[in-house]
Amino acid sequence: MSPTYALLLETVSQKLISLSAVDILVIVLYFCMVLGIGLYLKRYTKTGEDFFLAGREMTQWVAGLSFVAANLGSLELMGWAAAAYQYGILATHWYWIGAIPAMLFLGIVMMPFYYISKTHSVPGYLKLRFGESSRTLAAVSFGLMTVFMSGINMYSMALVMKVILGWDIHFSIWVSSLTVAAYVFLGGLLSAIFNEVLQFFLIWLGAILVSVIGLIETGGWNGMVHRIAANFPGQDYTHLWSTLGSFRDNPMGIHWTGIVLGLGWVISFGYWTTDFLVVQRVLAARDLRSAKMAPIIGASFKMCVPFIVILPGLLGLAVLPIKLVGESQAGTAVHTYNEVLPLMLARYCGPGLLGLGITALIAGFMSGMAGNVSAFATVWTYDIYRALIRKNATDTHYVNMGRWCTVLGVLVSIGTAYLVMQFLSIMDYVQALFSFFIAPLFGTVVLGMLWKRATSAGGFWGLLCGTFSSIGMWAWVKLDPSALRYIALSPYAKDMAENMYRALWSWIICVVVTVVVSLMTRPRPDSALEGLVYGCTVLPSEEHLPMWKRPIFWAVAVAIVFTIMNLIFW
Amino acid sequence: MTNGRGLVSIWFFIGVLLFAYGILILSSGVYQYYNPPIHDVVLGNLHAGVWWGAFLLVLGAFYTYQFFPRRNK
Repeated sequence: MSPTYALLLETVSQKLISLSAVDILVIVLYFCMVLGIGLYLKRYTKTGEDFFLAGREMTQWVAGLSFVAANLGSLELMGWAAAAYQYGILATHWYWIGAIPAMLFLGIVMMPFYYISKTHSVPGYLKLRFGESSRTLAAVSFGLMTVFMSGINMYSMALVMKVILGWDIHFSIWVSSLTVAAYVFLGGLLSAIFNEVLQFFLIWLGAILVSVIGLIETGGWNGMVHRIAANFPGQDYTHLWSTLGSFRDNPMGIHWTGIVLGLGWVISFGYWTTDFLVVQRVLAARDLRSAKMAPIIGASFKMCVPFIVILPGLLGLAVLPIKLVGESQAGTAVHTYNEVLPLMLARYCGPGLLGLGITALIAGFMSGMAGNVSAFATVWTYDIYRALIRKNATDTHYVNMGRWCTVLGVLVSIGTAYLVMQFLSIMDYVQALFSFFIAPLFGTVVLGMLWKRATSAGGFWGLLCGTFSSIGMWAWVKLDPSALRYIALSPYAKDMAENMYRALWSWIICVVVTVVVSLMTRPRPDSALEGLVYGCTVLPSEEHLPMWKRPIFWAVAVAIVFTIMNLIFW
Repeated sequence: MTNGRGLVSIWFFIGVLLFAYGILILSSGVYQYYNPPIHDVVLGNLHAGVWWGAFLLVLGAFYTYQFFPRRNK
């Protein structure tokens, strides 16, 4: 990602878009509203439960929308629109098979254990299931990576704003991040969730117009497909699965096994079921049924996101009079893939609507950042500070610690942003670091929940070995790029395939080590696993509910629509 | 969102913001309808600002009314 924005900055000397007074007013109103919400909610966040878990009283809709919005960062919007221009509809896999099955699994299988155990966080669950060492490893890694990722996103967003709007990079960093810090400081997770729901609406209402007007211009989906085929003869940009039979047949250089097992199984399940940034939103639900429904509602909206992210990229292939290029080909007179969404916004949106579109990008950035800092504050306060530094303080003390952690998290993120500005390669390293942890963590958590024989030692060593094996494979390819053929099992594999297969291997290693070590060590008695593990926990019955109110009914409905969508775009 | 603490619903805040956006974007759209810019956007003849602004206005008004704090007490 780093070279993208660096070159983007270097190559585009003039801003892409000029905002009118109405556009500015739209953006200013948005900032006033999110700060106003933070101020209003301060009086409702007095206890730790209020600040860190929004009082555990969110409805299924609020928790579900917030669950999706926390993941809808601005870079997600712009990055995947760019990927759609570069790789075509294949980018949709990151929204469908790379999200929907995992979200349904979280809602139906895993959520009962997270919720019934009354944990404050995912590392908190690891403490209950595997003990302090696993919790500490998970908490420290998550805390560090969260603020670093937040800083990287902040820098990238500021850079994009500089390129698109000509805004000063320091202005963008400080204004947007201090606004997030203010409203999370004031209202904690409650404020973050309120604003995420608001931001979710703005993202949709600001971005959907590009797709609607674009389809009108091309004469619908078929017209768009014909235009793409005419503009790029011999290349298939509009089929989801039919080109994945061989590494050589698609622009990503990936095989369907990598997409299904690497992305759809390990990376997706790792992110959506164990990344506390998103799971925290569901833990705030007011009862178990809402907690189970929230990811299912989130999945139904996630399935629609390609219509505002991928479709603009495809429309760009069809209607833009210029050909966008990759970062390595960027020059003074050309635009890069990353500019496709702003270019499409500028193409269709006049005054007012343009402001709404830019607000959608800013809202995406802020929802992602608020997700990071609120999750960081919780993990730091409960899983590091309370667990290792000060065990028996008052609830008020922990709330104050959480508030100041929010500020600290934002300041560290800003520091990271400036560090990245000086050393762009840090961006790649930190993102790689994040990926090291997620896949093995999923192995540890899912075994912990579904296999009562898994022991504390097994969980800890599995997590550690999985993480180190991932680091090892990454370093191996870094030192010797030809090693990719062994990890991805093909000489034709490209970079995108490496992440998928590295995640898959590290997950397998984590699971194997956990199983072997568990079988060699003494298991905990069933009574100690109550509320934590399948087979030792009495799950509340839903038989008294009518069929249409049961989470499983809606999960099956979403799964059917998901299958149909994949078949339609096969 | 409803709860026992008298918290104003999130949908109300969303309604207010969308209502304000509706006014701004609709006004801007109407102005451009009567004063077309020299360099218009592609498909500017659709006047997206007018109908999208009107949609936001109606949606915002509905949410504001439906979730107005006093009405829900």
